[in-house]
Amino acid sequence: MTETFVTALIVLIPLLGYILLGLFGRVLKRVAGGIGTMLMVITTGLALFMAYKYFFVLGFSTGEYQAIMPLRFTWLEFSPGMEIEMGLLVDPISAMMLVVVTVVSLMVHVFSLGYMKGEERYATYFAHLSLFTFSMLGLVLSTNIFQIYIFWELVGVSSFLLIGFYYDRPSAVAASKKAFIVTRFADLGFLVGILILSFNAGTLDFATMIQRLTIAESTEFKTAVTSSFIGVSALTWGLALVFVGGAGKSAMFPLHVWLPDAMEGPTPVSALIHAATMVVAGVYLVARLFPIFNSSPPTLEMVTWVGAFSALFAAIVACTQTDIKRVLAYSTMSQIGFMMFALGVARNGGGEGLGFTASMFHLFTHAMFKALLFLCAGAIIHYVHSNDMTDMGGLRKYMPVTHASFLVGCLAISGVPFFSGFFSKEAILLAAYEHNKVIYWVALLTSGLTAFYMFRLYFRVFWNKPYHPHTQAHGEGTWSMMIPLIILSVGAISAGYIPFGEYVSADGKKLEMEFHLAFTLLPVGISLVGILVAMWLYRIENGKPDAMAASLGRFYKAAYRKFYIDEIYLFVTRKMLFNGVGKPAAWIDRNIVDGIMNVSGTVTLWVSERIKGLQSGKVQQYAIYFLAGVVVLVVYFLYLAK
Amino acid sequence: MQEPGLYHILIVSTALFFIGVYGFFTRRNLVTLLMSTELILNSVNLNFVAFNKYLWPGRLDGVFFAIFIIAIAAAEVAVAIAIIINLYRSHKSIDVEKAEEMKY
Repeated sequence: MTETFVTALIVLIPLLGYILLGLFGRVLKRVAGGIGTMLMVITTGLALFMAYKYFFVLGFSTGEYQAIMPLRFTWLEFSPGMEIEMGLLVDPISAMMLVVVTVVSLMVHVFSLGYMKGEERYATYFAHLSLFTFSMLGLVLSTNIFQIYIFWELVGVSSFLLIGFYYDRPSAVAASKKAFIVTRFADLGFLVGILILSFNAGTLDFATMIQRLTIAESTEFKTAVTSSFIGVSALTWGLALVFVGGAGKSAMFPLHVWLPDAMEGPTPVSALIHAATMVVAGVYLVARLFPIFNSSPPTLEMVTWVGAFSALFAAIVACTQTDIKRVLAYSTMSQIGFMMFALGVARNGGGEGLGFTASMFHLFTHAMFKALLFLCAGAIIHYVHSNDMTDMGGLRKYMPVTHASFLVGCLAISGVPFFSGFFSKEAILLAAYEHNKVIYWVALLTSGLTAFYMFRLYFRVFWNKPYHPHTQAHGEGTWSMMIPLIILSVGAISAGYIPFGEYVSADGKKLEMEFHLAFTLLPVGISLVGILVAMWLYRIENGKPDAMAASLGRFYKAAYRKFYIDEIYLFVTRKMLFNGVGKPAAWIDRNIVDGIMNVSGTVTLWVSERIKGLQSGKVQQYAIYFLAGVVVLVVYFLYLAK
Repeated sequence: MQEPGLYHILIVSTALFFIGVYGFFTRRNLVTLLMSTELILNSVNLNFVAFNKYLWPGRLDGVFFAIFIIAIAAAEVAVAIAIIINLYRSHKSIDVEKAEEMKY
């Protein structure tokens, strides 16, 4: 009973915050941030309590973690056997996500108190943050695939609202539209995937669906595997389309184009939505349906390759960007690629499930250090008033706390031993190594690049040339901005020491995560090489980076222009779709559809011009028409209608 | 002296009806128009009563209808007079051809 109450409150308090701040924001003004943050403190407390209760009291029974459903009710009943439920589902991954979402959200709330101070739409900002937190918590606690879809769209909406928060900037408006359209386009795939899967399984409920679509003897599984379209089974189609939705949300290649642009939003928003929580929804979705994915190896292969390619692609692009938030955005995409292919190389059960645990582990640690990095970037931007790293350099003396936190974040993401990223990345690499050597080498290269571009960022911002402060109006930032950095730094260091395999695994059983010293030497060595190269190039200002860029020539330019993906999208949409589909459709609309309307209008007008004289206003004339009508009827009935 | 039969009465009512119609079409004074309508209604009344008396002497349906029509005619006169008075107030005339603003 308590857990029903607590879990429901976890979701409902942010909703309450949204309604309160949304309706009374104008009245509350300055207090709005405090109220939002207080509500978030309560939510975080409840979420931590619930996660503790699940992992240590309720969840573990008969040797494995069982999912519990504190709340479940029928929301829409179309006919018996065909209904949509709503509910709350707590299992290892959703309990873990509860912690991630609420902790990061709380940190972002606190940070925003200082960062957004003096903003005109301060209350609206916090209202939107609450809406996002509500949607994300609803998403992770969904009991069925339809409910997850509803909250999936809700997080999309809140992301749209927050990216376009500075709606007087055309670039922010364009970015929010781009994010919404690209993810909506991907969600079309998700919706079709939901329909295929739920049609074949005969249910929307996760647990039942997983049961029916994984047991080889069940009739649903047999039909789903045998019925096919263009030589691919219905099961694979459904899962692949669901993965398209997940890839859109998680910014996997080629649907990643919206993520770098989404950096137009306020920086704390990027930390919350576009680094730690919403963008990992795709990973979460695959993890949620993992047993079904497991029964369709081609889809898992697809997940693996898309993830690995995105990881490498994003890492290469990140090495060339100069906007610090864009570097972090590509880094996020790269790390999500890691999580994706880790899921792809996992298989159900036992040691084979290492990839699953590693992926979730990385999701957890990544949320900590990436939120930290983004908040640091927010503090830097707050101080320098610029996003571009060419305006920065030598900041370490001016912003000591940010400097230390940023360094911790960089060390963690680079996989330097004893920081959290090291443990999760090692697990992912180990899983990849055991499953697929090619993926392993790609991942190794990517992690070297990761270390390089993160330290490139670090050295260019904090070292390189000396900083010339143009305005010395304010210091490093308020305490409300520093405290989240410190807390997240602690998280970024310590999150790795959680024995994650004990709690989260593909089959709910405890998984022993082994640690091989010999295996770690190569990845750590590669990371150190990346760091040293970055140090050599960027520690003090010199001509080497430019010379190197020049020697790479065309490849560097292509990477700098993000491999022209945006241009390809623009070409396809503007040149091909606009000219090939849009313009003919507009022509048909203008000439044929409108034409029919115009003709009928003209005919009506012409006829009424001719006959309007009948209504003369003369009463006696009307009487004559009346009499004539009567005479006609009389003649008809007397003589003609025999 | 012959008793008047059904046909005599029908001839009278028909004459009355067409006198009414003629008056309705040719007069311009609204009060006269109203009187013409009364003639038309009365010709119908006459028909009802005559048919009732000659064809179904044992029943009273036609008479009832005649009474109804008289009642309705009275109500109609009340409404029509009210309209005529209002028309006179606004147009200073009760000429039907002066009041033809309600057209296309």
